[in-house]
Amino acid sequence: MNPGYELPLDEAAYSFGFLDEYAKREVRRTILKAICIPGYQTPYASREMPMGRGFGTGGLQVTLSLVGPGDTVKVIDQGADDSVNAVNLRKFIELTCPKVDTTEHTRDASLIQSRHRVPEMPLTEAQVLVLQVPYPDPLVVVEPSEARRKVMHGEGDYSRLLTKLYEDIVQFDEITISHRYPTRINGHYVIDPSPIPRYDVPRLHHCPALILLGAGREKKIYAVPPYTRAEPLVFDDVPFRTEDFRDAQGQRRACARCGTRDSFLDELIDDDGNKLWQCSDSDYCNSQLASGQDSTREVAQ
Amino acid sequence: MKRILEVRGLSKIHGHGCPRCIDSTGPEVDSNICPHCGAVVAAHDISFDLHEGEILGIMGESGSGKSTLVKTLFFDETPTVGEVLFFDGERQWDLFALNAAEQRWLRNHRFGMVYQNPHLGLNFKVSAGGNIAERLLMSDLSHYGEIRERARQLLARTEVLPERMDESPKQFSGGMQQRVQIAKALATQPPLLFLDEVTTGLDLSVQARILDLILEIQQELGTAMIVVTHDLGVIRLLTGRTIVMKYGRVIESGLTDQILEDPQHAYTQRLVASAL
Amino acid sequence: MGYVAIKGGGRAIAGTEAALESLRCAEGEAGTPLSLDAIEQQLRLLTSRVVSEGGLYHPRLAALAIKQMQGDTLEAAFALRAYRSTKPRLLDLPLQETGPMRLIRRISSAFKDIPGGQMLGPTTDYALRLMRLDLADESPEAFRAVSRRFLDGVDEATLPDSFPKVVDALRHEGLLLPLERNATTAFDITRDPLVFPVPRSAALATMARAETGSLLAIAYSNMRGYGDVHPTIAELRVGYLPVMLPHPVSGEPVEIGEVLITECEVVAMYEAQEDASVEGDGTENQTSPPTFTLGYGACFGHNETKAISMAILDRALQKGMRDGPSNPSEDPEFVLLHIDGVDSMGFASHYKMPHYVTFQSDMDRLRTTRDKATAAPKPQGDSA
Repeated sequence: MNPGYELPLDEAAYSFGFLDEYAKREVRRTILKAICIPGYQTPYASREMPMGRGFGTGGLQVTLSLVGPGDTVKVIDQGADDSVNAVNLRKFIELTCPKVDTTEHTRDASLIQSRHRVPEMPLTEAQVLVLQVPYPDPLVVVEPSEARRKVMHGEGDYSRLLTKLYEDIVQFDEITISHRYPTRINGHYVIDPSPIPRYDVPRLHHCPALILLGAGREKKIYAVPPYTRAEPLVFDDVPFRTEDFRDAQGQRRACARCGTRDSFLDELIDDDGNKLWQCSDSDYCNSQLASGQDSTREVAQ
Repeated sequence: MKRILEVRGLSKIHGHGCPRCIDSTGPEVDSNICPHCGAVVAAHDISFDLHEGEILGIMGESGSGKSTLVKTLFFDETPTVGEVLFFDGERQWDLFALNAAEQRWLRNHRFGMVYQNPHLGLNFKVSAGGNIAERLLMSDLSHYGEIRERARQLLARTEVLPERMDESPKQFSGGMQQRVQIAKALATQPPLLFLDEVTTGLDLSVQARILDLILEIQQELGTAMIVVTHDLGVIRLLTGRTIVMKYGRVIESGLTDQILEDPQHAYTQRLVASAL
Repeated sequence: MGYVAIKGGGRAIAGTEAALESLRCAEGEAGTPLSLDAIEQQLRLLTSRVVSEGGLYHPRLAALAIKQMQGDTLEAAFALRAYRSTKPRLLDLPLQETGPMRLIRRISSAFKDIPGGQMLGPTTDYALRLMRLDLADESPEAFRAVSRRFLDGVDEATLPDSFPKVVDALRHEGLLLPLERNATTAFDITRDPLVFPVPRSAALATMARAETGSLLAIAYSNMRGYGDVHPTIAELRVGYLPVMLPHPVSGEPVEIGEVLITECEVVAMYEAQEDASVEGDGTENQTSPPTFTLGYGACFGHNETKAISMAILDRALQKGMRDGPSNPSEDPEFVLLHIDGVDSMGFASHYKMPHYVTFQSDMDRLRTTRDKATAAPKPQGDSA
């Protein structure tokens, strides 16, 4: 090819936020459109990021396009700040965004990028939550063609998706969708709210914070604007049920670490083979511990 | 009687077509293919009215254009020219002036279609009840119990055993599949139903029971129907008026009794004679 | 309690980096680091794959990526793509002509004799795949002597500059439709998302960046019978394409450099140029005289398998776009959304990430439905 050509070593330094300015501007335009049409999967030319598709490149492009000096960013995965993927993304943001602070405290963050969870701490109007999305389209289970799905979304035709729920109840007497529960935004578009548990779905409803969902591999961005309706797709007479954390006696389980009974729990098995339950949101767990709400710890032990 | 459908000058040509297409095709030349450009004149200048609660028969051989006609009315195909007005209560719809979404809405809510091939009308991946539920869910019914009750009633009305409503129609006999299709088509209580060779290929005894069912439904619900068939028996049993088509043209139309008693066109005469 | 959560990824990640790096350098004291020249030249086909799948013609960076990623083409192409994300697009390239390419190889399987002649060039097509054990312990002297000997006594003046294109002859005869000059600019897949239906230029661009193996697998399905392209290679050419840009002042095209590309044009069985399908009547339309149809493939670097696969799929997709797909290889959505190495590899990798929350949610559903199933047998056909 071209032997002797020397690498431009001075190019090794990356610009603020990694992406070139044109790319960031395009992502911001897409975000604006997504906010204007709540729940609409807005296509955009997703860029390759230096981590794998599926590791949060969609969320990261949203975060990097919005973040600026003075922002404080929090990154979580499975609710935890110190899980490997969260650490990796946070490190990358710190590397490419000088003067941007990072934090582990939900309360202190202006921008929160998350995979699979909505933080337990209620969000505020001053915050933006960015969710990482592997599969943006809830209709994909009933219609493989994207062109036909677009028409169904446009006309608000979710009858085939509802038929799937109907068949579920017929067969199992329960809706079997565990996470990624189809959720209708502002009375029209149904979204895949990303793989958050059902526990988190009602927490999207009328949330004061702007919620942005970025799918990098599938090249879509969509939004749940602040104070917007977000309703799980259900039948009038079959209630939507979140994960059940009651024990055999019907008691709500408590976190084994902080003792709280009002959080989403991870089920763990310790070295002796015993089951334990612990908050999935590590910042929430820490803050519960710190605020001394440990009156229930004895019960947990 | 009130009109429900007014069809005027409906034509469908496959291919570019040329100025000589119309004169060079039709029953006189025994072809629907234009010898000059190769275009197929599937239907030309079809006009008729349909009244509320009436069953109209469209009879002809394959290639006569009868299926093209109902496919066009059900928006499965786009006509080349022509106008169709649909009168629905207070509303009046100019079918081919509607956008795609409005057409789909009419299809899903105000029309019903029963195909010869049950695969076209039913989703075999969901249960018989689910098939009906899908159509009910399109019309914004969102109460599981009600949907189930409606599906059960519809299946009972079309004589499908309620115990079998949670099975896939895949496991049903051909006659049962047609019954589920009819139940599905009726789910939204449409004022207009299209039936395309619905009994073709079924056993005679099964055919007779399905035709009875169609007649009963028409009498109970007053549903207007267009029945497409090549079977004179079906025409005789179901329809009050009939249109006879050949090579894309209407060659005879009128009261079914009159056509069967005193066919005017040589082709119809042959048809009637061969059936006797 | 004694339970400690298995979290705290920061140190673990640093550990993985060190472990990975130690394997790259595992030869230890006796080892010599790979030079980028050695990768670019001696592993030229590997470099070809990476520049093509990375969608960035930068062989030097590709060589670096191969070294850094320890030979993984998916990862190396990926690194090149990520690098590309940081660069703005400065201009739209005008249409480039492949006629004036400086060829190292061109063949046609359609004609025995073609204008300019067949030129086999560097190919393993007819090589016996026997292990050359002498390469196992090759002396640097022998290595250097090879290229000296190859160029010995070649009079450069006798080498032709360029060769006419085979398909031009077919066009001249009217067996292929004349080339339509499309006035609209080509679809840029790096700037616009694919929203189906997409124009052919979007399909071509997506395939030009595709992962070789994925493209081959889908093209192979078409060749084997899930499709009916039946191609003949009108021309396959490998060589250096002069890249022409308008001069910023005069506007005259100026050569700014050259890129190594592989280009393949397949001619597929003819069909009549009809516009409408005929249903039910079993008759056919007779319209304009039948012509051959063309499938086009081209990619950066020397990668013949990829160019051929792409040409076959281009033909298959054109058919699918016109008549509706009758098998996966004719379905633009199916093909174009499943051939990107960066997308597919990334998604396969992501399953290694923690899925505790979703799995907790899965367990909840399974337990609930199991409880219900064992608690009471469901009455048949009853409402809930």
